[in-house]
This record gives sequence, C-alpha cells and structure tokens, in this order.
Amino acid sequence: MQMNMVSAINNALELILKENEKVVLLGEDIGKDGGVFRVTEGLQAKFGEKRVMDTPLAEAAIIGTSIGMALAGMHPMPEIQFAGFSYPAFNQIVSHAARYRSRTRSALSVPMVIRTPVSGGVRSLEHHSESPEALYSHVGGLLVVEPSNPYDAKGMLIKAARMNDPVLFLEPTKLYRLFKQEVPEEAYEVPIGKANVVREGSALSIITYGTMVPVVKEVVDDKKVDAEIIDLRTINPLDEASIIQSAKKTGRVVIVHEAQTSFGVGAEIAARIAEKAIYELSAPIIRVASPSLPYPFPGYENYYIPNAKKVASAIDKVLSA
Amino acid sequence: MLTKAFEGSVDYVQVMDENGAIDATQFPKDLADAKILEMYKSMLFARALDAKSLSLQRQGRAVTYAPLVGEEATQIGTAFAMRKQDFFVPNFRQHGVFLARGFPLDSFFVASRGFEDGNKIPNGFAATPVTVPVGSQMPHAVGMAFAFKYQGKDAAVVSYVGDGGTSEGEFYEALNFAGVWKVPVVMIIENNQWAISVPRRAQTASQTLAQKALAVGIRCVQVDGNDVVAVYKATSEALENAKEGPTVIECVTYRMSMHTTSDDPSRYRSDDEVAEWAKRDPLLRVRTYLLKKGMWNDDLEKQTSEEQLKQIDEAVDKAEQFKPDPVGMFKNAYSFMPEILQEESDDAIASNFWQ
Repeated sequence: MQMNMVSAINNALELILKENEKVVLLGEDIGKDGGVFRVTEGLQAKFGEKRVMDTPLAEAAIIGTSIGMALAGMHPMPEIQFAGFSYPAFNQIVSHAARYRSRTRSALSVPMVIRTPVSGGVRSLEHHSESPEALYSHVGGLLVVEPSNPYDAKGMLIKAARMNDPVLFLEPTKLYRLFKQEVPEEAYEVPIGKANVVREGSALSIITYGTMVPVVKEVVDDKKVDAEIIDLRTINPLDEASIIQSAKKTGRVVIVHEAQTSFGVGAEIAARIAEKAIYELSAPIIRVASPSLPYPFPGYENYYIPNAKKVASAIDKVLSA
Repeated sequence: MLTKAFEGSVDYVQVMDENGAIDATQFPKDLADAKILEMYKSMLFARALDAKSLSLQRQGRAVTYAPLVGEEATQIGTAFAMRKQDFFVPNFRQHGVFLARGFPLDSFFVASRGFEDGNKIPNGFAATPVTVPVGSQMPHAVGMAFAFKYQGKDAAVVSYVGDGGTSEGEFYEALNFAGVWKVPVVMIIENNQWAISVPRRAQTASQTLAQKALAVGIRCVQVDGNDVVAVYKATSEALENAKEGPTVIECVTYRMSMHTTSDDPSRYRSDDEVAEWAKRDPLLRVRTYLLKKGMWNDDLEKQTSEEQLKQIDEAVDKAEQFKPDPVGMFKNAYSFMPEILQEESDDAIASNFWQ
C-alpha cells in the first residue's frame, strides 16, 4: 500500500496497540485532535480514551509518568509535541529513563518509546525545528533512532515497541508527507542498531540520516557520482561496523546531517573513522551540517540548513583531494 | 457580584503527644498496641541502622550518607500502613522505609559502598531505589499508580518527597496529573524543615505544604510527623481511599542531623532549635507509652538493640565481601549488548585497566 510517513507511523501505532495491551499512547492533543501533525488520527476513536490519552500540558510529567508506567509493567508510548519541547523532560529522559536499567543492574527497566517530531525546513516557529539527537545520544542508555522514509518508520517503530529499552523515536517533520512509498499492511520489523546502505558505490561514502537522506540522494543522482550512501537510521548505538567498512572501501567520506556541526553526530563518526580507518583514507573527512548556532527563526532557515549545493560542493572537494 | 470561587482548609492531626498521651478521639480503631510495639522496634532499628551507616561513612567504608535520625515516625508509620501489594517510591532519605518493608540489609550496605549491585531490587520487593534528583520521582509514582489502575490491580503507590522537593516543577506536575487521572497514589511530604541549609520558611510562602494539593483538587492532611500513630492513621486512611484517588500527607518532622555526611549544619542553624525539636523525639513518646502499658522495659530495650546490632553487623560483613564486577556496567545499559560497548568492555579487560 502506498503510504507517506504519517500514515506509515499511524498504521504502525494501530498494529502495536492491537498487538500489545500494555501499550498506551499519551501526549498533548493526540486524542480527539489526532496530534498536531495528525500522526495519531483516529486511534482514540478505535482504542478508546484509556489507551490513547490526552494529557495535561507538562512534558516532564508526560515522560515521568510514562517511566512509572514502564516500571510497573506497561509499555507506554508518549509523544512530545515537538522535540524542542522535550527539554522540560530532559531530566526525566536523561536522569531516569536512560539510567533505570544500570541503576538497578537490570532489576528494573523502562520499556518505552518516546515519539517526537524533529528538524526543520517547514517554516515553523522558534523551538519547532530542533535536531537534538546528539544531546540524547551522548548520555548512554537510550536508543536514539530516526527513520528517513515511510517503510523504515513503520518497521522501526514496531521494532522499538517490542524492545525492553527506552527508545527516542525521532520523526523528521519535513519527511512526514514529502513522498509516498510501498509499505506492507502487516506488521514487520526494521532492525534498530543497523544502518542501511541506500546505494552502493565505490567513489566515496556519504553517511547521513533523517532529513538529509533525500537531499543526498538527489545530489548523487544529479551528479551521477558513484557514491555509497549510508542512512544511519539508528544514531545510538552507532552501527560503527557499517561505517568503517564503507570508509575503508571508498577511502573518501562526507558526513551530512541537519543538526549543528560542532559536537555533533558527524564529529563522532569522523572520530571513529579516524581511529580505525585513517590510513585507508585518500582525503580528509568532510562534515556538511548546520552552523554551530541555535536554530534560527523560519525566515533564516534556508540560510541555515545544509542544502543540495553545499552537499555537492563537499562531494567535489572530497573527490578532488 | 462577589461570591467565593473556592474555599479550602487543611486539618492537622496528632494522636500521641510528646508525653505519650493519646487523644482517644483520634486513635485508629484497628490499631493494636502490639502493632505500636512493632513500630517502636522498627524505629529503634532504623535509628541503629542510621548510626551504623554514619560510622561506616566516617571510617571510609561507605560513600556519602543521608541520615534519617528524627524522621523515624514518618518513615516507619507510613511503611507499616502499607499493604503487602503496595509499592513505594522513595526520594533519598527513606532508609527506614526500606528496612521496615524488608529490603535485604546486605544489599543496602552494598549500595552504601557505592555499587549499583545493591540496588538490584529483589523480585517481589515493591519499590524503586533511591532517587537523588529531588522531586523527579513523583511523576514515576503517579505513572505506577496509573498502571495499577489500568491493570485492575488492588494496589497503591506511596511516594516520598521532602519540603525542598515540593518546590520542584516535577512535584507540581505529578500532583496535577494525579488529580486529573484520579490514581491510587499517596504522596508523603516528609517536611523535615531543612533543604540542606534553606529553612522551610524560605522554601515557600505557602502556610502548609499539604495545601499545595488543594490547587489540583486532591485530598490533603497535615500530621505530626514525629507521632507514629498519627502518621500510621493518615496513611492507612489514604490507602483505604486510594481507589477514589490520591492523597497528600504532610508529615511535620525534623532533620535532627546533617543533610548528608558532606554537610555541616552548624553553619546555618542553632543548637537551641535542635534542642527544642529533641523534646519532640519520635521514639521517646512511644517508649513512654509502652512503658506505661507495661509492654516495654530497659531489659527488653537492651536485648532488642543487641539483636538488631547483630543483624546489622552480619549484613555489613556480608556486604564487605561483595566484589565489584565492572563488566556489569556494560551489561546493564541496554537489553542487549551493542557492539560499541562490547568493544569498550573487551578493551578494558584486554588492557588490564581494571586490575
């Protein structure tokens, strides 16, 4: 069936709710309204207010109560309306969701999927376009994933809901309705912790994820360059093996993400390649990412987000080195 | 037009006064003297555990410790009111509750030595471990209570927070969610008058801490937190009514000792104040009551203390046999072992970093 990312996630949530009585969805405006992006549309009507709940407007308590539910044997799937509003819940995510298993040496765990829209490019107000994956990957104990297409979104969400871990499931708003794809109607899993080789190639490796995957694909097609494109899909834990393998194969690496350059996911990838494959590189690693600044107001976002031109220029540079 | 949009008030309950005298009108009907005796022994035990923990820390055999002395009635009274199926969610000072609910003492001392392994809550022991960021545990209690209601279980959650913790946003958020969801949770505010160096009056302009519940439509009561009978009574009643929704109980007590072993209270409070509260010692009044009833005497006290100390010493010995397992750090971060972590762990072993 042809689905965009919104309908693929909606479909996944429906299958998860059917499959597991322990699952409840909770968040702001996710019930009758179906969520501000309509991702949970129709689910409250199908499963009732007991399983698809509108909460009071308080992110720390949405995550905090979800942690309590998980500790008591449920599998909550809270939604944070925008990733920029996850910071009031930062304490709960970082101090508790990420640590409960290690704090109790696995006696208690927090099976939970936090869904939240990320990244920009859709002319939203301040705080609606954040890409906080590096913040949450840095702490350890949290799985941080970000699909870039409807098929992966559905399969990864189903996988996340079947794991006994806290998963931060980042949904790029720009990709919610950007394109449709053939998606099976039944439940299936896409692995977490495993990157996807979107395109095999030998001239260079482009390591990317989220909103930048379609941009990179477009540039590679336009330039007719034999690039290997790796879509990380899981940010933490990083699929280091796939990255190193590709870097060794092509000897040239460009890393592309929308989040800020400094202290970002790209820095982590570059460091790992430097540690394990530097003698097999023919060119310096290049990062293509946003400036090391807070995300701007929407009027400036096209000056901020990496675009096709910036990606193309990095490819030229790494190939000519 | 001018009408009252809201009116509310907060009751204060004391059943046993400083001299061990009972207010018969308030005495809980189902409370036998035998149970008061058990609670007294448990309070003695908590105080002994506290003294031992302090001494271990001073000898460098335990990490930073938060003493509970002075707060035994609040902790033991609430613990005894809980039913077997009830869960508790502590902050960081509720060692007495763990003890009274039967937490393995040797595990307690393993945790005191600074190892997560001591936090491995035994299967069937209904509690979360110590939470350090104050107030952040309150939403967990509400979520658990939600789960019990959702699962149709006849269980409630008792959670603890200090006077300082009631200033945290997460405390208010948890209270608000509990009210909206009408979940079976009993929130104990262990008001010991001091949040490290900040006194209760500087914490909030609110006349009582209990009344914070009124703003979110939750029942509340303030009790003499040094009166184990009043604490027991209020908690039992709240648990009986838990199916109808949450209750906030402010237990007015006093932190007789330091915030933690890293703290020096002489920097910010007077000896006179401490001496004044010493007269309201939670153990003294129960002892007087039991002596009057002929249920207690010096010999029994000596014998009980010796037995308790023996148990504590045995647990300390066992805990000191514990050998740390650094690989456990890696094994218990996720439900599976990510390749990156496996490599870090293997590396540390191969390079003999952990000798």
